[in-house]
Amino acid sequence: MITLLDLFSIAAISAGTFFFFAGTVGLLRFPDSLTRLHALTKADNLGLGMVALGLIPRADSALSALKLIVIWALVLVSGASTSQLIGRALRRGRK
Amino acid sequence: MSIRPFLDLVLASLVLGVAIFTITARDLFAAVVGYVAYGLLLAFVWIRLYAPDVALTEAAVGGGVTGVLLITAGKRLGAPNVSQEAQPGPGLKILTGVLAALVATALGAVILMLPDPPPSLAPEAAAAIDGAGAGLGNPITAVLMSYRSLDTMLEKVVLILAVMGVWSVGTDKAWGDAPAPLRQQKAYAPMVFLAQMLAPVGAIIAIHIFWTGANAPGGAFQGGALLAAMWMVTMMARLVEPPRVDAQWLRLALVAGPAVFLISGLAGAITAGSFFAYPSGLAKPIILFIEAFMVLSIAAALPMLVAGPPSEGQDQ
Repeated sequence: MITLLDLFSIAAISAGTFFFFAGTVGLLRFPDSLTRLHALTKADNLGLGMVALGLIPRADSALSALKLIVIWALVLVSGASTSQLIGRALRRGRK
Repeated sequence: MSIRPFLDLVLASLVLGVAIFTITARDLFAAVVGYVAYGLLLAFVWIRLYAPDVALTEAAVGGGVTGVLLITAGKRLGAPNVSQEAQPGPGLKILTGVLAALVATALGAVILMLPDPPPSLAPEAAAAIDGAGAGLGNPITAVLMSYRSLDTMLEKVVLILAVMGVWSVGTDKAWGDAPAPLRQQKAYAPMVFLAQMLAPVGAIIAIHIFWTGANAPGGAFQGGALLAAMWMVTMMARLVEPPRVDAQWLRLALVAGPAVFLISGLAGAITAGSFFAYPSGLAKPIILFIEAFMVLSIAAALPMLVAGPPSEGQDQ
């Protein structure tokens, strides 16, 4: 039987998959590194966030749900910082 | 019909594709990036083979530490373009190809000719663990620390030998100095932010992985590698500098793991009747005690491998 929580999971994970798909298309199709970086962060931040959100109702315990959120937060922090680093390396390379 | 076999096929072809990309990449940096991606994909393969312990190690060491090591090494080499180097002649190329094909064929033949069921030490090892009363919920840790303890101890000795090898590449004049900073630039705010946010969380997760390794996937190597990564991140952010290679605490940290392991093994010879045996009932606390020092040694050794040999005048 499909419950409301299952529907929520399906919707959130589908949305996350969409962002990953869009991010990948952007990564392959965008013209330069900065725009590609922009596409990639959408997949990382929103896509993974939605997938994590969709998986929370399916976690066995509150602790594993918390772990999912922590994983997302860690990816957010490292993704944002490394994008900044890559962006700076690009700007330096251009000068 | 399940979708899993197809996903496994996709994963296997991805691994092969990335492997081919890594060997054929002409650009050093691209090859390293390919190798890191290969390591992460391999971690997924290990998870699909129901080996989460190996997957954790592969992700931390194959994907993480080795990647940093290779990028740093590439930078030090001045990143020459491989295509500009002297190309091997056609004879050498064909010989290499034939040899590689022979090795691959032999490996494939051996796997196909395995008797059914394949010979395995697993039942024997499982019996030995139960017999020793290791008291650990995680059989992998029990095998590493109880059944194959000498191997595990020598593994750490190899790590120390590798650090000694790296250090001995330095010049005579630089001996005792600190390795060059991991990044030549001044501290950069986003990197400092990343290190300050990530390092405390990462250190806690590392200790958790080590601690939980007694009963669930995880262990000393995985935890130590993560701790090592956190030290490397803070060094890259220039929050801390690499220590002098003649620093007493560094050398103590490096030898602590194998030394404690060896002493416990010798103590086992007296108290429990054989070398590397643990007195029954005390096995779990002793193993965790040894592992704590091994985490320390791994966390000290891996960043020292990445930091490289001592270099003179690094204060400039």
